[in-house]
Amino acid sequence: MKVLQIVESAYRGTLEEQDDTIVWLTHCLQAAGAEQSVLLKDNAVNYVLTGEDSSGLSFGRWQQTHPPQIASQIAALISKNVSVNVVYEDLEARGLVDVARVAGVNLVARRNLPQLLEEHDQVWHW
Amino acid sequence: MKLTFALMDPPFESERTTTFFRLLALAATRGYEVNVFAYEGAVHLAFDRQKPHGNSVHGTDVPTENHPLPKDWLQELMTLAQQHGGRIDWVNCGLCVDERGVNEAVEGTRRGSPGDFWKMAQASANVLTIGTR
Repeated sequence: MKVLQIVESAYRGTLEEQDDTIVWLTHCLQAAGAEQSVLLKDNAVNYVLTGEDSSGLSFGRWQQTHPPQIASQIAALISKNVSVNVVYEDLEARGLVDVARVAGVNLVARRNLPQLLEEHDQVWHW
Repeated sequence: MKLTFALMDPPFESERTTTFFRLLALAATRGYEVNVFAYEGAVHLAFDRQKPHGNSVHGTDVPTENHPLPKDWLQELMTLAQQHGGRIDWVNCGLCVDERGVNEAVEGTRRGSPGDFWKMAQASANVLTIGTR
């Protein structure tokens, strides 16, 4: 069974969880043998940008030593042969088309989404 | 000066939680007397049985992952506030605590009611409510 993981709700507890919960879940399911692809849409398109730095959070003596590195987690998915797709128009609307991003990410025009969905047995929209 | 915050989000669900703690940190370092009314899911923030974990996806053990726990943030900020001449009076909504079974809150916090929130609001220069979305 091939599953398309659609991630729409971005930056939802990422500083506390130290990653994105669905990207993390996708890694775990991949390790469990799942066949998956990822589609990042809306604000989640930001996850493919390589220039993000979320380090530096501290409260009193507590310092975050392992901040989220979501672009690295996306790159790691690609290295595991997970197809990672981004809605082009969502990237364009945020002025991010020319910003450095993770290698191997596929840009998908909105008009081609039905075809992408058809290539999967199930679509899990988070 | 007294400030009151009311928030509703539980831990690990929204960036609003971290943003709230950053605001709290700023108020603490400026010596404000800060009241917090933790309402609904936010009562989980002070739950004393939160535990850190390692992360196999990150390839980290428990110390390396250094997983954030809001109860630790809260305790650090209560200390920080005292060091700067202020204080944090953290009140967990009692009914919200009961219905979730999170009665074991960290030391320095207390149980209260919406009535306490109203008293805190009346005594404060301003109130910031951070609702669930």
